[in-house]
Amino acid sequence: MRATPKVENDMHLNRRSFLRASAAAAGGLVVSLYLDLPTAARERNQVPPAKVYPPDAFVNIRPDGKIVIQVNRLEFGQGIHTGLPRVLADEMDADWTNVIAQLAPAADVYKDPIYGIQLVGGSGSTARSFQQYRELGAKTRAMLVAAAADRWRTTPDQCRTEASVVHGPAGQSATYAELASEAARQPVPTTVRLKNPTEFRLVGKPAKRLDSRPKCDGSLKFGLDLDLPGMKVAVVAHPPVFGGRVKSINDAEARRVEGVLDVFEIPLVRGTGVAIVADKFWPAKQARSRLKVEWDLSGVEAADTAELWSKYRKLGQSPGIVAATQGDPAAIDKIALSNRLVAEYEFPFLAHTPMEPLNTSVRFDGDAAEVWAGSQFQTGDQMAVAEVLGLKPEQVTFHTEMAGGGFGRRAVGDSHVQREAAVIAKRLRGTPIKLVWTREDDVQGGYYRPMHFHRIEVGIGPNGLPVAWRHVIVGQAINADGPFATVAITNGVDVTAVEGVADTNYAIPNFHASIHHPKVNVPVLWWRSVGNSHTAFVMETLIDELATRARMDPFAYRRKLLKPEAKKPLRVLDLLEQASARWRENLPRGHALGVSCHESFGTGVACAVDVSIENKRPRIHRATVAVDCGLAVNPLAVESQFQAGLAFGVSQLMAKGAITLKNGRVEQRNFDGYAPPYIMDAPVAVDVHIVKSVEAPTGCGEPPVPVISPAVVNALARLTGKRYRTLPLVSI
Amino acid sequence: MATYELNVNGQRKRVNVDPSTPLLWVLREELKLTGTKYGCGISACGACTVHVAGIATRSCVVPVSLIGNRPIVTIEGIGNDRVGRAVQDAWVEKDVVQCGYCQSGQIMSACALLKANPKPTDANIEESMGGNICRCGTYFRIREAIKSASGQLK
Repeated sequence: MRATPKVENDMHLNRRSFLRASAAAAGGLVVSLYLDLPTAARERNQVPPAKVYPPDAFVNIRPDGKIVIQVNRLEFGQGIHTGLPRVLADEMDADWTNVIAQLAPAADVYKDPIYGIQLVGGSGSTARSFQQYRELGAKTRAMLVAAAADRWRTTPDQCRTEASVVHGPAGQSATYAELASEAARQPVPTTVRLKNPTEFRLVGKPAKRLDSRPKCDGSLKFGLDLDLPGMKVAVVAHPPVFGGRVKSINDAEARRVEGVLDVFEIPLVRGTGVAIVADKFWPAKQARSRLKVEWDLSGVEAADTAELWSKYRKLGQSPGIVAATQGDPAAIDKIALSNRLVAEYEFPFLAHTPMEPLNTSVRFDGDAAEVWAGSQFQTGDQMAVAEVLGLKPEQVTFHTEMAGGGFGRRAVGDSHVQREAAVIAKRLRGTPIKLVWTREDDVQGGYYRPMHFHRIEVGIGPNGLPVAWRHVIVGQAINADGPFATVAITNGVDVTAVEGVADTNYAIPNFHASIHHPKVNVPVLWWRSVGNSHTAFVMETLIDELATRARMDPFAYRRKLLKPEAKKPLRVLDLLEQASARWRENLPRGHALGVSCHESFGTGVACAVDVSIENKRPRIHRATVAVDCGLAVNPLAVESQFQAGLAFGVSQLMAKGAITLKNGRVEQRNFDGYAPPYIMDAPVAVDVHIVKSVEAPTGCGEPPVPVISPAVVNALARLTGKRYRTLPLVSI
Repeated sequence: MATYELNVNGQRKRVNVDPSTPLLWVLREELKLTGTKYGCGISACGACTVHVAGIATRSCVVPVSLIGNRPIVTIEGIGNDRVGRAVQDAWVEKDVVQCGYCQSGQIMSACALLKANPKPTDANIEESMGGNICRCGTYFRIREAIKSASGQLK
């Protein structure tokens, strides 16, 4: 049986946390956060898992004045490596110019305080660790102040702090570094006052990234750059159809490549494959191209895109499992055909293709192992490696490496890359091996955003607003059999497939949404913004079509239809309308406006684009976005996520933006067949407007993605009179 | 295997590799210059861009045997010249990077552009940067940084 971590069902845990402090071996204060077991687990009388306390769990004040802060998340572009240290440093009143951020290894203390596993997902890194990092900073500060007060024979309330210095009532001052050892002997406060938003010095102010310079001079090491003494490189030949098995291997030619050390069959999560280990990458790859493998594909479903579409279209004609229902589900049938709008949409499989190809390094030493991986899901990957190697998770030291993008691809419930690496390392005991997935492996290796078919029937009322809405979705359940099934599948509905439809912010009196979850032999996964990547496209293009039909302005129509409690969408629509007014009113001939508005991961976003058609492709001259993400912890990072996230979202519109299968085989191999946006495809200019707010921060990694493609095709519809319901956008 | 003498970032380097080995893997695995990145291996993404005799070159498809004595400059060496330094500084100033994996290649393409054309138009930028993928999508700030560096180079 495969060990998979389970997510606690109770998302609002009644948790207790306290700090432990100890003097660091090298001197200085070390603060650890201990998170108590979630209430739910305690109530089931589960034995608490062993807690691991790395010596410098979150904050280490070094004698040289540098403050090293551990980040409990993967950094893969989103800027959390700067953001969470800002939060902690603010409450601590640390000197920001002396803060160093590090990515924490896998350990209990670094698990998500709400989810209870170590991961990046659901755009929740800031949202779920904001309070945690504030408390850590405030408690660390309180201990430093208490140490200073003792030293000066005064009370903490007589002292103040600024930029890593405590000032006493009689003009005394001491740096945090000077006080660190004494502070370590102070009791850790159980409660601590946090700043009012008006007292923030760093939070809410724009800050540049801490990792910029090393990413601009080539010095930053990603997982793929790891080079350990004696390290070998492995590649794997995977079956041409998911789940295929090796029948026979002819490795004579492969072994003749100089530098090749070993060729052997390995088990995969699906089927079996052949591993090739060499001194370096190039001989490993050369050898793989000379390897002859006969595959056994018997009993393996050969998925075929064309066949899947006809199956999906058929399924979509009748309702599936109910995901949401309100009012009269049959109301649509009572509406005159002339007042009905019927639309069918198709969305292809999409690969994530992060720029750094997938990789993991492992060294197995018999009774311990070490792993280096840019992982979004350290807890699961550590458990998987441990299981393969016959170790306990705590015997596996798991280093979190900086990752070159991910977009969901590095958070895989079955840890298939790490399992491959561990199997190979087991055979080469004592030798560190780096498993590299080539770009071809990545494009052809599955774990795609699922294909989806949508069929919608809308009944339009006399005022032009929808009065009845019947919505059927067809698509694989990402969470079926995965570690998140208990929380993400409700009554047979994978909530990540219907999010954005089932929980729509539009007030439609008679609303019925249902889904079919076919089983298909293609592994699927969350792709940045998950279900919203297709549901927002459907909702926002249909709403636009309805507004056009009602001869109403896209802003006014949405405002009229949004539920009054949809505060964030209403705020961002208003802000967008103002912010885009100047260019909207001065659009050149041949250009058109497109608007969309969507809330996901708790963040409201509205987007307006200025689009023309050049060389038969959409040209996005400008995108203006309005965002309500609660308190913007780092406004510069929010702006950056939106500016670039829109470009990521354009992936869906690319002419070569689909993964297709023929007879079980993926038809694309690399960026020649599956092309993400290049500079000319992205919006030429993007301006981002953030709603001023002190509400709890919400995510900004995924919410930019859903809004751009519907906005662009809404503009195209104004230029061509056509509605675009099949992605990718092969022709206009 | 064959021995090659390469001029990399102004230094002479001797490597012993198979002649088919792409320059990318010689830089990364023999010379440990890992700032140059592997993204696709078919010259479709630009992550591996270096300068060979001053020309922006996709090192993933150029066998080491074809380099000869042409000087190679990588991301580790580009900061030694005025344009390279200005571009790297502009990238930091504009907070361009996100995951950062493609940015070595983006910077090398931008440097080649600005060396040839210190005052590029938007069309020039798209033409020169048109083969470099940034999956995070930082294209808008890349444009801004190139224009900023161009201003600095007056």
